[in-house]
Formats: sequence, structure tokens, C-alpha cells
Amino acid sequence: MKYTTTALKLFAILMILVGIIYPVAVTVLSQLFFPLKAGGSLLYDSGGNITGSALIGQPFSDPKYFWSRPSATSGYPYNPLASGGSNLGPTNKDLIDQISNRAELLKSSGIQSPVPSDLVEASASGLDPHISMQSALIQIPRVAKARNLDEETLRKLVLEHVEERQFGFLGEQRINVLKLNLAIDNIK
Amino acid sequence: MTAMGILFDIGVMLFFLIVLTLLAKPLGAYMTNVYQGKRTFLSPILVPIENLIYKASGIRQDEEMDWKDYAKALLLFNGLGFIVLFLILLLQGMLPLNPQRFPGFPLDLAFNTAISFVTNTNWQAYSGETTASYLTQMSGLSVQNFLSAATGMCIAIALIRGFTRHTSQTIGNFWQDITKSVLYILLPISIIAALLLVSQGVIQNFDPYTNSSLLQSFQIPDGQNINYQMLPMGPVASQEAIKEFGTNGGGFFNANSAHPFENPTPLTNFLEILLILLIPFSLTYTFGRFTGNTGQGWALYATIMMLFIIFLGVMYSAEYNGNPVVQKLGVNGSYMEGKEARFGIIGSVLFAVSTTGTSSGAVNTMHDSLTPIGGMVAMMLMLLGEVVPGGVGSGFYTILAFAIVAVFIAGLMIGRTPEYLGKKIEVFEMRMSVLIVLTSGILVLFFVSIALVTYAGISSILNPGQHGLSEVLYAFASASNNNGSAFAGLNANTLFYNLLTAIAMLIGRFVPAVAALAMAGSLAKKKYIPPSIGTLPTHQITFVLWLAVVILIVGALTFFPALSLGPIVEHMIMFAGQ
Repeated sequence: MKYTTTALKLFAILMILVGIIYPVAVTVLSQLFFPLKAGGSLLYDSGGNITGSALIGQPFSDPKYFWSRPSATSGYPYNPLASGGSNLGPTNKDLIDQISNRAELLKSSGIQSPVPSDLVEASASGLDPHISMQSALIQIPRVAKARNLDEETLRKLVLEHVEERQFGFLGEQRINVLKLNLAIDNIK
Repeated sequence: MTAMGILFDIGVMLFFLIVLTLLAKPLGAYMTNVYQGKRTFLSPILVPIENLIYKASGIRQDEEMDWKDYAKALLLFNGLGFIVLFLILLLQGMLPLNPQRFPGFPLDLAFNTAISFVTNTNWQAYSGETTASYLTQMSGLSVQNFLSAATGMCIAIALIRGFTRHTSQTIGNFWQDITKSVLYILLPISIIAALLLVSQGVIQNFDPYTNSSLLQSFQIPDGQNINYQMLPMGPVASQEAIKEFGTNGGGFFNANSAHPFENPTPLTNFLEILLILLIPFSLTYTFGRFTGNTGQGWALYATIMMLFIIFLGVMYSAEYNGNPVVQKLGVNGSYMEGKEARFGIIGSVLFAVSTTGTSSGAVNTMHDSLTPIGGMVAMMLMLLGEVVPGGVGSGFYTILAFAIVAVFIAGLMIGRTPEYLGKKIEVFEMRMSVLIVLTSGILVLFFVSIALVTYAGISSILNPGQHGLSEVLYAFASASNNNGSAFAGLNANTLFYNLLTAIAMLIGRFVPAVAALAMAGSLAKKKYIPPSIGTLPTHQITFVLWLAVVILIVGALTFFPALSLGPIVEHMIMFAGQ
């Protein structure tokens, strides 16, 4: 066909432009201006070891930690190599059973009904780093008891970790669970 | 939440739609200048590059194409894109930039994925973080994110030229249109958007996956102790920007825009939704400028905005009211299954309506877990043929086809000659318009029927009952309309679904595309008829409402039976508390 050569040449040029030059240029600029963000917002301990990412949640089940949202990632919870939700429909009995079991578990850990939805319903990514403020507040008595800490101290720490709506109106108020737990481990 | 909460959410939605409208006008005007070859503020930098590209590829700037040549060039270019992507996917294991040493895609998955990205669908039967290398993502998939979007824009512009040219044999030059689309529109805004995304935390690197310790280790049921997390890395932001801006929707990661590395903050969420809607809405203004009558553009804008707001309202109220079965368990607050805490209801619903109203298909919420009515709205937005406002370019030429159908029906009803923008609408235009409007609907019903009577079709379903029917209906609605989102419980990576969705995507994309070009050619040849007393005005509120009604009736007549067996029955069961 008369256009074959043109098509081949133009495709090659545009492929190099948007498939190589563009991502490489964006990477260079990102590494220059926002190196920490571009690298995954990694958190390090005093020894320089990576203890997580500020953006990726971790699972907690120990009473001395604040618990994250349920995660439906395959293999195990908060598996970053299998991001995703449960995909269970709203009338699926499996979903209702799961939510019911999680609510029971929370109640048996001393949390009074009603339980906040984000603490018993799995996130979309399975890696949600946040919980609502309500979900953090109701866990304070359990964590305080397990750590032998004053509830008021914990309450102050929780409130310090509240991330407000962006610019006052975008998104939801929330708390980063990993950051909060790291801060609690540092209380002495 | 309270009445204050609802008012607050409505305020956020209004703010968003105002920002969108304020940006759509200048972008629409800019795009007009680009395609008319006028100077723009980027010309000093881009004209030399553009000329260089033409010179190197042997493109003559004064050459014009008739519709057949235009279509040939377009199909050839897209066919080439398919072959290159298909090969990259198959041979990925031998290619560089593959730190996790992923092997090549299996044959059926490579076929499905290559078609998916070439058709601007970005249906994903694979999971990015465990299947696709960095080279595959940025030089394979992402290249098609640009080129498939640009292809859609070319067709839209060619059809607009069909209306604005008189007694002309030609409708433009495909090579120039696609080069301009990439160089002047998609690339500059993607660069800015990508950097904004990185500034908020979207990752952009070529590091290997990074091992991190867990603060609290735990045991999984088989006794294994898990004390680390493997964090995936990659050049995400550059792909995220064009994924949204080109209404492609293919996520770098499996969780797509729900993944914190793709969409870390409420601001990135807002920005990504804006990027999804920007070109489709702006094209209505481009249309008005091209035709020299901005009222015609605003009429189309008003139609799709009206429908958009209606669907947004319905999904918002469904998700806001949540799931009564769960509420009975003593659970308090918004229904958050399949949603992210940072986005909440409003950030999730706005994204879901935008991504299904356009042909994006990116998701920040798992649509399978939406309430029945919420999921039905997502499905309906696709089933209407992707016109609210539809994909980049493709949405616009579908809207024009609907406008022609509307003009024709109105003409029959009130006994006026069907004319649109000074062009007489005749049998050929009607045939092509009906082809554009009905192809996807026929595909959906045909393939859903096959899937529901075969074991291979049914065995992929995750959720039982009515919701299982919805999963299959959603899959083919998504593929045939080149959306790409899914009720992801359905196991789509099977030979059956890989083949059938690929065929649906291919026909759903290129049959309407060629029909639109053929119509462009036919319209361009026609003489201009000045408006007379017998002309139906198409820039007034009556036409806006009429066009919306036509869009809704065509969609409703085609799909009401299927929707009533799926989401509507499920909704009733849910509220009956069963």
C-alpha cells in the first residue's frame, strides 16, 4: 500500500517520542524536583532500613497497635503484589458473613457497637493506608490497655495524626495507620 | 452524615463541574487552532519538531485525503500499532527494562491486551504489578495510550470537517492530524499532569521492586511467617497522566487508580477525574468554533452535561444510602466496601461516573462492590454508547451521530427537511449514524447471550445470582463500548473471555470509526444550504432536551430487559433484606 512506508516511519518516531523520551524526561524531572515522592515515599528507621511506604498500608492484629482496614489482596492481607478489592457484590452472602465476623472480632476486642464501616469493609486497593478518625478513636482504649498507657496521651497522638481534607474540601478526613503506629512505638 | 454533609458534597460536585467548564472553553479553542493549522503559544517550540517529523516520515504538508484514504491510513497505522504491541507483549521476557524478569504474555492474553490498548479500551485481563515489565508499560501500552486517543481525535476532527467543508472531496490529512494531536495536545498536558501527580506522591522511577519490613509480622493460615512487604515500583506517573487524559484507563497496577501509588491524595483524584473529562467536553467547544457557531457546540455540551449530572445524582444517592443489609449488622457510616478512605463517597462516585461516562475505564472504586443501582448507572453510561461525554474523540463522533438521528426523527415528526449545520441529512448519513449508534448495543446483546448459555461463559462468574448476570453484562458493555472497566470479580483471563472481548472491542471500535469517516466524506461533498424557515434550529433548548431523550430512549429500549434482570432485581432483594 502506498502509505506503508509513511506509517512505519511515523510510528517509529512517535513511539520513540512518547514511549521513551517522554517517560525518561518525566523521570529525570521527577527525580530532580521530588526525589522522595518519585521513589515511593519510603519510610526509614534510625538504622536506615526501609520500614514501609507512607502511602502503602500494613496489616495489624496485635492489640497494642491501631488496626488498618480489612484488605482483600490475595495470598495475605496488604500484599502489594496483588492490589485489589474483594469484588464481592452487595448482596453476596460471603460479603455479609465477612463483615459480620469482622464486626464481632472488633466487639470482642472491647469496641462498642456500632462499628465504623471503614474498619469492617475492605478497601478498593487492598493497600489503603488510612482509617477514619472515628475508627482510630474507638481503638484507643484497647491500645492504651495493651501498652499500659494513658488514654489521653494516645488521644493527643491520634489527633496529631489527623490528615484534614485537602484545601479544606477535597477528600475525607483520615489517619495514616502506619505513621500512627510508628509514632506510638516511639513513646517512651 | 447529615443534610450538611449532602450539601457539602453537592458543593464539591458543583465546584468540580465549574472548573471543568472553565477549562473546556480555552482547551477547545486551542484545539481548534491546532487542527486548523493556526499559530498557538506552543508553536515556536513545536513547529520545528513537527516539520522535522513530517520530513523524516515523508509526509507532504499540502496533501489532503478523501475519506477512503484517510480510513486506510488510520487502519494501517492502528494495525501497525497492534503488531508492535503484540510482539512486545509476547517477547517481553527477552527485552530490557524488566527488573522482575517477567516472562512474555501467553498468546491469548497478549492478543486480548494488544487489541484492548489499540482500541482505546484498556480492558485488563492481567495484573500489572506481576505481569508487565517497565518497557511493556511505557513503550508498549503507554504508546497506544497516546496513539489510540489521538486516533479518536482524528476521526472527530475529520467528521467536523465534513460539516464545515462544502463540495469538497477531502477531509484532511491523517498523518498531520495524528501528529498534531500527540505533539500539541496530548504530550504537553501529560508532562505537566505527570509532574503534578509526582509532587503528590505518584511514583516515577526505574528501581527494582523494593523490600520493606513490616512493623508487625504475622502468620498466614499455612503457618508461613510474613514479615516483609514487596513494594512494586516503576514509571507510573508518566503513564497515569496519559491514561486519564486519553480516556484509556489501563492501570499500571491491578487496583488501577485506587492504588495509592497511582492516586495518593484527594488532589490527585480531583486532577485525574478532570483529565478524564477534559478533552471530551472541550471537543464540543472545538466543534462550535470550527462551525463558526459556538451555540451549536454549547447545545451538545448542555445535552451531555445534563445527562452527566442526572447520572451523577442517581449514583451518589445510591452510594450515599449504602447497603441496608450491612447497616443491620450494627455498622455505621458510608458504605466503604471497595472504596478508599481518602476519597470517601463523593470522590469515588465522581470518579466512577466520569470513568464510565467517558470510555476511560480507570477505576478508583471496585465497581463490582457498588450498590446495585450504583453499578447499574455505571453500566448504563457505557450502554448508552459512551456519549456522556464519551471517550476522547470517539464520544464526540457518537454524539454527532445521535444528533443526526435526532434531527432526522424530529424532521419526520414535524414534516421538515432533516438538515444539520447546513447539510442535508440523507439515506447514507442515516445509515452510517445508525451503524455508529447501534453497533455496540448489538455486540453486547450477542456476546452476553453466548456467555450465558456456555459453561466457559458462566464459570468465570464470582458473585452468585443476579449480580453474576451483571458481571457478564458489564464485561461486554465495557468491551463493546471500549470502556475497559470491569465488575472485576469476573475471571476475565480465560481463553473464552480473552477471545470474545477482543472481538467485541475490535468491532466496537473500528466499525463506528469507519462509518464516521464515510459520513464525513459524504457530508464534505454536499453543498451548504443556508438555514430557512423550514430548518429545525439545533442550538436551542428544545433540541438539547430532544437529543437527550433520543439518547436515553435508544439506550433504554435496547437494554431495559437485561438491566431489570440484573441490578434492578438485586436492588429490590437488597432492600427486602434478603
